[in-house]
Amino acid sequence: MTASKQKEIKKAVLMAFPHTIPVLTGYLILGMAYGILMQTKGYGAFWSVLMSLVAYGGSMQFAAIALLTSVFNPLQAFLLSLMVNARHLFYGISMLDKYKGLGKARAILIFMLSDETFSISSSVAPPQEVNRKYFFLTISVLDYLYWAVGTFLGSVIGGFITFNTAGLDFVLTALFVVLFLEQTKQKENQTAGVIGLLAAIVGRLMFGAENMVIPSMVIILLVLLLGRKKI
Amino acid sequence: MTLTAGQTVIMILVIALGTMMTRFTPFILFPEGKETPKIVTYLGKVLPAAMMGLLIIYCLKDISFQAAPHALPEMIAIVLIVILHKWKGNVLLSIAGGTVAYMILVQLVF
Repeated sequence: MTASKQKEIKKAVLMAFPHTIPVLTGYLILGMAYGILMQTKGYGAFWSVLMSLVAYGGSMQFAAIALLTSVFNPLQAFLLSLMVNARHLFYGISMLDKYKGLGKARAILIFMLSDETFSISSSVAPPQEVNRKYFFLTISVLDYLYWAVGTFLGSVIGGFITFNTAGLDFVLTALFVVLFLEQTKQKENQTAGVIGLLAAIVGRLMFGAENMVIPSMVIILLVLLLGRKKI
Repeated sequence: MTLTAGQTVIMILVIALGTMMTRFTPFILFPEGKETPKIVTYLGKVLPAAMMGLLIIYCLKDISFQAAPHALPEMIAIVLIVILHKWKGNVLLSIAGGTVAYMILVQLVF
């Protein structure tokens, strides 16, 4: 690696890291919760970390615990992961432009496009003097590592934690609230933001906590398409 | 472990396959070389704000307004975040402030 490339990467890491601090907190806590939960079901650090590295995606990993502890049914697991993760379809559509022209790095960025990574990368723009590819890679890879490290720590030392962490996982809700405020600073996004909130509330009230995501996505899509001219 | 090691590996792989299909599909449908349809470009612009709204509600999906503490910790913390963010405009400060406030509320107040 040339010295100038190294310098470029270092600069991008320094600029991108602060954006990931809330995810560092949230992923360590939730990753640990995941590791602890897997441990109680008889799955040690090896299995938990393997799952976190290969099938990286928090909500489905939690949902999958039930599947790992019942009758072997891979088809059901596959369909459930499609449904639980359907929202990622909208993340991809949103990132088509931002991830354009990044070569091989693009596949890594797509592989690591979790809720939190999407939230950050869709909300922030790399500073002018910073290499775009390294900037987005830093956010994605750091988040990915936080999750894996959290999982590992939960599996190995989860039982020894004594300070009261109740409520600490609210850090991710707070992250989404703040990034919502950031996104809706631009006038043209305000209507879309309100549509998202209302559609999700309707989805939650009509379809319940377990099944709210896909109906909410359909409502969002319909309203955005029908209201296109006005927005 | 209920499943055998081999079965667990298969489960991890199919879960990964499902997850990755949802992440990769848009990029496969609209490759870099071709011009993306205008309607998709439009959705790409407005979806992030809408999805951030959905993610907020998704995080709150299990709270109850009927049962004590009537979603008060969540509502108070969110109002605090909004005020803090409008006032200082510092992302990390708003997130940290809201989270600490929430922890105090659920551990000591409610």
